[in-house]
Amino acid sequence: MKRFLFQHWMLFSMAALITGAGWIVASRAAPGSMATSAPAPRQGFLAPEISLSNAGGELVTLSELQGNVVLVNFWASWCPPCIAEMPDLQQVYADYASQGFVILGINATDQDSAETALDFIEDHELTFPILFDVDGSVFSRYEVPALPTTYFIDRQGEIQEVVVGGPISEAMLRTRIEALLREKR
Amino acid sequence: MLPVLHIGPLALPTTGLVLIIGLWLALSIPERQAAKRGLAPDQMYRLTFTGLLAGIVGARLLYVFRFPGVFLADPLAILSLNAGLLDVWGGVVAGGLAAGFYGWRKGLALWPTLDALTPPFAIVAVAIGVAHFTSGDAFGAPSSAPWAIELWGARRHPSQVYEIIAAGAILLAIWPWSKSKAMNMPGVSFLTFTALTAGARLFLETFRGDSVLLPMGLRSAQVTAWLVLGLSLWLLGKRAKEQVSK
Repeated sequence: MKRFLFQHWMLFSMAALITGAGWIVASRAAPGSMATSAPAPRQGFLAPEISLSNAGGELVTLSELQGNVVLVNFWASWCPPCIAEMPDLQQVYADYASQGFVILGINATDQDSAETALDFIEDHELTFPILFDVDGSVFSRYEVPALPTTYFIDRQGEIQEVVVGGPISEAMLRTRIEALLREKR
Repeated sequence: MLPVLHIGPLALPTTGLVLIIGLWLALSIPERQAAKRGLAPDQMYRLTFTGLLAGIVGARLLYVFRFPGVFLADPLAILSLNAGLLDVWGGVVAGGLAAGFYGWRKGLALWPTLDALTPPFAIVAVAIGVAHFTSGDAFGAPSSAPWAIELWGARRHPSQVYEIIAAGAILLAIWPWSKSKAMNMPGVSFLTFTALTAGARLFLETFRGDSVLLPMGLRSAQVTAWLVLGLSLWLLGKRAKEQVSK
């Protein structure tokens, strides 16, 4: 067998390449078939809908923010890395909000207390929207594996990156946000 | 899928752990392989160390060049231990170039060196498959096959499992302790690995749900794999002829 293969190597190689080329053509994807139009909480998919109230009782909906770069950050006031990254989140929000950048801080209220969370927002002078996931429905829809978890969403509403754990460094926040802001509308 | 491993209060990223374990296993092999291939083990150690170090430094520097404003404002961030601030492909190229330069300077024979590095490459390929399985990356296309798995809102081909099986089979095919005479011919082990890996990718990419598409719906990874397969087969034939003529 080995001897036969060696003697007819060129023939074998050509057969392998022709078969490979045929397979490539036969397994072509239909245009648009890779588009992940169904929402799922991972990179490359549309971000699942978020519709939650802020501290003032005003409803904030993710789909209404389409056209902006959105950072969704799941947090709780008892979580040390969440606390550690809040000042950097506030800083980048202040620096990039005018360019079409929004942060939605989703408090895991079913694992926290709304009162403690409100104190936390006041103490840290957070100005970006903080939403309260009272029943944990958004938390489970996003299949959040740990706190904090951060989702970077582009202007088309597609998740571009998921960062589990923290604290995220300010440099990482800035590079990710700048890359997404550079993309065409 | 298990992206995070919870041990008490600790939440460990499983994907990173799997890759580190794979790399650790892989790096323990080249020195042992070197002696078998007629190379100096300490030179092989330095080659892998140089490649790894240059890869990390190159990955960070290329990332810094992509966002100069951010790092000029915060120069200490250049030294950050954050793996998210790396340009992975830039690192692979920088590491490969540095290792190649070291090998050239030290006069290491090309094919035996690549053969000694083949088992580590094969182990890393398996680790990448397992990392994809834990993270849910490299996911499959929607499927109604009985073995399809529920992932990201649809029943899909378990493409990560296909990837692990293929990489495992290739690892066994080029197993470093293989007694095969043909496998010990310089270059054959490495070129067999690249040909089999390219062939597996060409076939399995069909079942992926995240392929990058070229015009006419062609999958970019398949076209690249086809070219690598062609080159590997041609070089394999050439190596075999050279060995026979010797």
